[in-house]
Amino acid sequence: MELLVASSVGVLTAAGIYLVLRLRTFPVIVGTALLSYAVNVFLFASGRLAVNQPPVLRDGVTAYTDPLPQALVLTAIVISFGMTAVVVIVALGAYLSSQDDHIDDGPGRDDVGEEAQP
Amino acid sequence: MSHWIIAPVILPAMMAAFIVLVVRFHPLLQRVFSLAGTLAILAVAAGLYWQTSDGTILLYQLGDWAAPFGIVLVADRLSALFVLLTAVLAVPVLLYAMGSGWDMRGRHFHALFQFQLMGILGAFLTGDAFNLFVFFEVLLIASYGLMIHSGGARRFRVGVQYVVYNLLGSTLFLFALGTIYAETGTLNMADLAQRVAALPVDDTAGVRVAAVMLLMVFAVKAAILPLHFWLPAAYAAAPAPVAALFAVMTKVGAYAIIRFFTLIFPPDLAITQGLFDSWLLPAALVTLTLGMLGILGARRLDALVAFAVVGSMGMLMTSISVFTPAGIAAALYYAVHSTLATAALFLLVGVVEDRRAGNALGYDPAPPLPGAALVAGFFFAAAIAMAGLPPLSGFVGKLLILDATMADPRMAWVWAVVLSTSLIAVIGFSRAGSAIFWKAHAPDTAAVATMAEDAPPTPALPMVAIGGLIAMLALVTVFAGPLQRNFAATAAQLFAPGPYISVVLDTPGRTITHDADSEEEAH
Repeated sequence: MELLVASSVGVLTAAGIYLVLRLRTFPVIVGTALLSYAVNVFLFASGRLAVNQPPVLRDGVTAYTDPLPQALVLTAIVISFGMTAVVVIVALGAYLSSQDDHIDDGPGRDDVGEEAQP
Repeated sequence: MSHWIIAPVILPAMMAAFIVLVVRFHPLLQRVFSLAGTLAILAVAAGLYWQTSDGTILLYQLGDWAAPFGIVLVADRLSALFVLLTAVLAVPVLLYAMGSGWDMRGRHFHALFQFQLMGILGAFLTGDAFNLFVFFEVLLIASYGLMIHSGGARRFRVGVQYVVYNLLGSTLFLFALGTIYAETGTLNMADLAQRVAALPVDDTAGVRVAAVMLLMVFAVKAAILPLHFWLPAAYAAAPAPVAALFAVMTKVGAYAIIRFFTLIFPPDLAITQGLFDSWLLPAALVTLTLGMLGILGARRLDALVAFAVVGSMGMLMTSISVFTPAGIAAALYYAVHSTLATAALFLLVGVVEDRRAGNALGYDPAPPLPGAALVAGFFFAAAIAMAGLPPLSGFVGKLLILDATMADPRMAWVWAVVLSTSLIAVIGFSRAGSAIFWKAHAPDTAAVATMAEDAPPTPALPMVAIGGLIAMLALVTVFAGPLQRNFAATAAQLFAPGPYISVVLDTPGRTITHDADSEEEAH
């Protein structure tokens, strides 16, 4: 169980970082999505891994799973979902207005401070 | 329990929703409600500042749940100061946006503006680390919308960089919070302070990693080298009033560093020893140098001001990273000053962009801009303040920082960098000012005639807004003494976190209590 969770966090993070470093909008968006999955799984693990336990704490009950990370993960999922939607829209706007899906300031793309604004 | 503490969060949230849902198609009503909401926030912020100015720590338990189980909002001197600073900045920025017509060059400016205020104010007030993350996201998502307000290819392209960079920052923040929770089992800041202090020294690898990750996240927000790459392009491309409001956004990062690293990881804590000495101070000095070199190297006015923001954050972090009460007090003064000064400069960039012909923000000669005397005068004043020349507040701030680092073993480094970069900044600003305002070529008379006819009437409100910011800079200078005493008390409160912790953790609130009978029923 620990191995499965740890390796999934690791693989997702590695793949996410690799994709983000591609510096084209589509891979970068997929990469940030993978990173947010990685962090969600990681947050789950932060409350210790417990299988088939109720997420409630009562007097006299010793076997339970920590409910707080689940609430944190829920918040993180909602936020990352919204953020992904925003980044898709902004990236689409950037692509449609300049016909270019590079994210970095490469040669040929106007650098800040050099060229006039339209 | 005073309910006023949550007003700076609730008020803009309600106002933004109201503006989107009810007065969406009424530009005038949008302006009226946005301004009214911002003025109300200013009044509440002034009230909070007054209430906390005697050292009282105000607590608000959401849903009346006791900390550390419920989320709390805490207003102490530091929070109230930054809340007031944000509110004071928001009013002239909003007036400028209305006067220059920026708010109507795209949709939903006012709603996004209110959401942005909600995020910033919430981040200053919250007493819960995860809640801080949520408010960071609120202010970021509003800033994404404001950043690309009114569109344009350059704004969109820079906007993508800005969004992606901050998304990665948010992911790192979540990793840091997960690590902290796994190690300590709490995310309430006051509770964290107690639990981190109680950790055995040889079992702290996880918390140390989390502390460094948090520092990196806040350094992204505060644009500390080498995590500053998002800032110059984003601030230069953002619409003028938006960039002016963003002046306080970098301060959120500085605030978070001050809060976390005085409360949870205080300077005398064994497990985070050396974090500031060996990392933060050198990074801050390099940031300062890079920002000031950027001022000299910029070839457009908007890029120049954006690099001035980087430089001022470097100066601010230099003072913070000494982590003495005097250093923090000087940093607070410099934070107030640099927020107002950069906001004034960004608004001036907007005025120049609207009025100057040709390549408006470049240094090429162009016909003199209408009303140049006043604009140039304001630019002169703001540049003097930003570069840290007497008589304005930048000089006082720099003096305080130099004074605070006097006893530090690395005093020679700090003084050398601060003083030499000031000279670079002066040269950069004077070059930009003379190129924009003085090196005007005389246009032929026919062009002047058509220009005079074509020229739109120059509205007065933007200049009033900028004048207000400059006047506040003058006030900050004149009342430097009382302000400095106040900030010294703020720093003293930060370095004695006992009352903060006891107010948060010992205030009674609702808790779940259940006896054996109810448990039987539940089963």
